[in-house]
Amino acid sequence: MTDDDRVFKALADPTRRFLLDLLFARDGRTLSELESELEMTRFGVSKHLKVLEDAGLVVPRRQGREKLHYLNPVPIRLIHDRWIDKYTERHVSALADLKNELEGSA
Amino acid sequence: MSTSTESATTQVYRVWIKATPEQIWEAITSPEWAGRYGYGGNVSYELEPGGKFVVGASEEFKAAGAPDVVVDGEVIEADPPRKLVQTWRMLMDPDMAAEGFTRLTYDIAPTPYGTRLTVTHELENAPKLAEMVAGTHEDQGAGGGWAWVLSDLKSLLETGGALAA
Repeated sequence: MTDDDRVFKALADPTRRFLLDLLFARDGRTLSELESELEMTRFGVSKHLKVLEDAGLVVPRRQGREKLHYLNPVPIRLIHDRWIDKYTERHVSALADLKNELEGSA
Repeated sequence: MSTSTESATTQVYRVWIKATPEQIWEAITSPEWAGRYGYGGNVSYELEPGGKFVVGASEEFKAAGAPDVVVDGEVIEADPPRKLVQTWRMLMDPDMAAEGFTRLTYDIAPTPYGTRLTVTHELENAPKLAEMVAGTHEDQGAGGGWAWVLSDLKSLLETGGALAA
């Protein structure tokens, strides 16, 4: 599997997207904290987190005795920069030119 | 929990790059490379504990009214090509400058999938800087923060060209 395959596969599951939403709202949570937000066993949550870690979307960080989970936006940024930019760049620069012209700073 | 504020204000970014740890270390610390991706600027490091870290404004930034020094800090630990710990203060904006020094760690580790670079930015008591480095104000021309910087660094090292013009 390529890096992109792992990212898309990880994002294809609603529970995993929910876990990312939780970390987006407040980053750096333990497994127990995340588990308390889901109707799922600790083992189940742990398995989902492993998939997210393998895709690079979640990065674990040790702090004292705790393992904290952080949302890593870089894999999504890479997808954005690789594909989305190609299609939006022209529109964005056209809008920037229009703005410059209208504001007389071109 | 006593650590919850600190853990929630820390940001962690990770990217895998097809380059050696030495190349990545060079790209972060050398003036020749560090100005070629992300926000650019004239980067200078004294790579020893207590050493100075300074990013001088590029001509483009100066023309936009930036101060001569846009970021400063102090090296805490330099273990090439594996680990760099430093303080980091943004001086472009008075409010961010007033938030003071934050702590930044670069971890570089070889893996079977390429070299893994992890950037950990501890941003306690620096909410404005936290927004900037998270890319919150990208649509206002503030750049895309660490995710953008690391994507650009990967692009530079893997293809020889940065994303930014």
